[in-house]
Amino acid sequence: MGEAEVKPKKAGPVQCSICSQRRAALKRPKTLEQICRECFYAVFEEEIHRVVVDNQLFKPGERIAIGASGGKDSTVLAYVLSELNRRHNYGLDLFLLSVDEGITGYRDDSLETVKRNEIQYGLPLKVVSYKDLYGWTMDEIVKMIGLKNNCTFCGVFRRQALDRGAAMLKVDKLATGHNADDIAETVLLNILRGDIARLSRCTSIITGEDGPIPRCKPFKYTYEKEIVMYAYFKRLDYFSTECIYSPNAYRGFAREFIKDLERIRPRAILDIIRSGEKFRISTSAKMPEQGTCERCGYISSQKWCKACVLLEGLNRGLPKLGIGRTRGLNNGLECDTKQSNGVKNIQSKQCGTLDF
Amino acid sequence: MACGAGNCQSGCFRDDDDSVVTEKKKLTNRTLSSGSDIDLPNHHNLCLKCKVNETLASSGTVSVDGDIGRFCFDCFRGNLFGKFKLAVTSNAMISPTDNVLVAFSGGPSSRVALQFVHEMQHKAQKNFDASRDRSLPVFGVGVAFVDESAVSRIPSDEFDKAIQDMKSIVSNLAPPDKAFHVVPIESVYSSNGRDRLEELLNAVKDVTGKEDLLQHLRMLSLQKNAYENGYTKLLLGSCTSRIACHVISATVKGQGYSLPADIQYVDARWEIPVVLPLRDCLAQELNMLCRLDGLKTMEVLNSPHSGINGLVASFVTLLQEENPSRECTIVRTAGKLTPFHFNQIPESDDSNVHLASRRRQKKFNLKPNESVPPESYCPICNSPLSKSDHINLSSLGSDQTNADIFGATCCPSCQFQILPKEPVSMEHFYSLLPQQFVVQAKDRSFSMQRQLREQIQDFLLSDSEDGT
Repeated sequence: MGEAEVKPKKAGPVQCSICSQRRAALKRPKTLEQICRECFYAVFEEEIHRVVVDNQLFKPGERIAIGASGGKDSTVLAYVLSELNRRHNYGLDLFLLSVDEGITGYRDDSLETVKRNEIQYGLPLKVVSYKDLYGWTMDEIVKMIGLKNNCTFCGVFRRQALDRGAAMLKVDKLATGHNADDIAETVLLNILRGDIARLSRCTSIITGEDGPIPRCKPFKYTYEKEIVMYAYFKRLDYFSTECIYSPNAYRGFAREFIKDLERIRPRAILDIIRSGEKFRISTSAKMPEQGTCERCGYISSQKWCKACVLLEGLNRGLPKLGIGRTRGLNNGLECDTKQSNGVKNIQSKQCGTLDF
Repeated sequence: MACGAGNCQSGCFRDDDDSVVTEKKKLTNRTLSSGSDIDLPNHHNLCLKCKVNETLASSGTVSVDGDIGRFCFDCFRGNLFGKFKLAVTSNAMISPTDNVLVAFSGGPSSRVALQFVHEMQHKAQKNFDASRDRSLPVFGVGVAFVDESAVSRIPSDEFDKAIQDMKSIVSNLAPPDKAFHVVPIESVYSSNGRDRLEELLNAVKDVTGKEDLLQHLRMLSLQKNAYENGYTKLLLGSCTSRIACHVISATVKGQGYSLPADIQYVDARWEIPVVLPLRDCLAQELNMLCRLDGLKTMEVLNSPHSGINGLVASFVTLLQEENPSRECTIVRTAGKLTPFHFNQIPESDDSNVHLASRRRQKKFNLKPNESVPPESYCPICNSPLSKSDHINLSSLGSDQTNADIFGATCCPSCQFQILPKEPVSMEHFYSLLPQQFVVQAKDRSFSMQRQLREQIQDFLLSDSEDGT
């Protein structure tokens, strides 16, 4: 598709360019083709099926947990996966896995949506909560540490929560609703912030194969606009609000840029992902060794896993524990042992803020 | 489903200096912007480096945040020249026997490049005159301006004045004398250039594709001029800011594989190797230097970008305003991608090359499989093609035209944004291409066909292609 060419306005209804039978009802965001609803459903679902098959995301008989937040991506993912599972006989046992971070006015509303999805799609639901796992809700955490670095806590805790939930469900894989826009944003973000290690990993469709639960992203090549369009036409039930604690994340820059880009060249989103896949990065010899956390047994490259470090900080009223640059193993914990000897005061040791 | 959380300590290559430097800058800016209200101790007004002269910020010359304000003029200029010289010596860009062609657009970056190259040459000349044995010759310098009046609408009197200004700039940069070449971009054609060029560009519908094709033609015309006039190096004034934009726009166009090739100090893919000595200087610094040092620039000849390139330029500008080290970080990140074997000056057995400069040249630490040359390059943009972009000559039928074969040898990005979609338009486009593009493509497809044939040679029963 070329850039903004001046096309003469067509008079009268346009035929669907795929089936030529029905009237075109929409312009496809990815290709700008004018197609009917039925053909849109068909290409949308078929493309995802191709991604699943070509990348060998699943094996027959596997138990798969779908990370379900109640938002449009995970709702559509649950819907499409269960549909394709039936249609193409993937032979999968699908589950919905939801994380309750304990954010009133946001998460409790979206959880209602997931509970409705459980009934609508007939997929068993498991909810894991920060309160049960860690003894803290995000509301309580934010009350203690404020609105800086709260995403650090939530992100670290959610990763473990999903893994633990997946283990409780005894699933083989976790599928998340990360879409093409997300991944393109992440590629750009990693270039902008100099994170070469993440840059080499962020376009992988399957990650964490050497960890507790491998994760995959069936929507890797699916446009966010198309997911919205699908949910809209199919009248799927989803909850759409941003997290009330989300700060002005740096990702916002990348997102705005990609929106502008999509307007002049829709395929640019996929081109960014393809560039990311083709980057050649020399694998450095320095890879972190994988061990287990001494406190909880979760996978960790340090003595304590990150969640335990953060929790320790929360429980002891030390909000900066685990935040900032690592100085030797387990930032803060070593200082801690010194503190008992009255040598250093941790509170004065500002490890630097991480505001992007 | 974007969470934006990126604060982790997994030992990733976080830019260690980023937040520390930003903190320092914030502190300095607060100090500087408070202005005359606060009784500043003396050392805040003194140059960070020499601690003798007034900073540019305090003398009111510069109101900009960041490093520029903290130096005095001499140290500021010295810092830029130092970066230039370091790039030249550690990448063996210019050897005494070289004849360097400086591409001059009239803009601030190439103006500074020209100035610095002249100063280097001037010093070399003085050393030569002063030395007794005259062993080290002085490298030659020429200046080339690409005249794009065939494709852009600049009033001819403005244009002529600009050319006159350039001529006088070049003649003032002597001794040693430098030739000044005005290279019409239509010179890529041997005859009937203006018409063919106009037709060629009109055949490209995509706005970004047209701009990029023009850029490739620009390089082609410079290469042709350099070759015909006996130059051995082509020097561009590309700065950090321009390279940062290229990193983002190449990513956006799907050129992730070939991106590292374009952003190094040295690009020896070309007949005449291309060197980028201002790679470590920001556009802002170079602009400032031209302003403070009275280096004349001609901005009227540079038209703004449109399409994707324009969008990327405004994006990077926005990011740079938000954080003045962003452009550097982008280039540094992209610098960590594996470069190609042609991204260093090839070692020559020429005994005339001074041993010292050869020793100083940094060598890449390329692993054996990484230093294997790519098998082919796109005939239009000269980007190395990955194995997956490699054409499958076997997938082409035997009745494919030359235009089809040519199209198949191009990279995916050029195929999308430059080549016309319909076969008839493609035939027409192919007929309009400068000879150079066509010849390169033919060579590539011939050699690939030969390689395939060599593999199956033993099993062929006849010598001819169709088995008769």
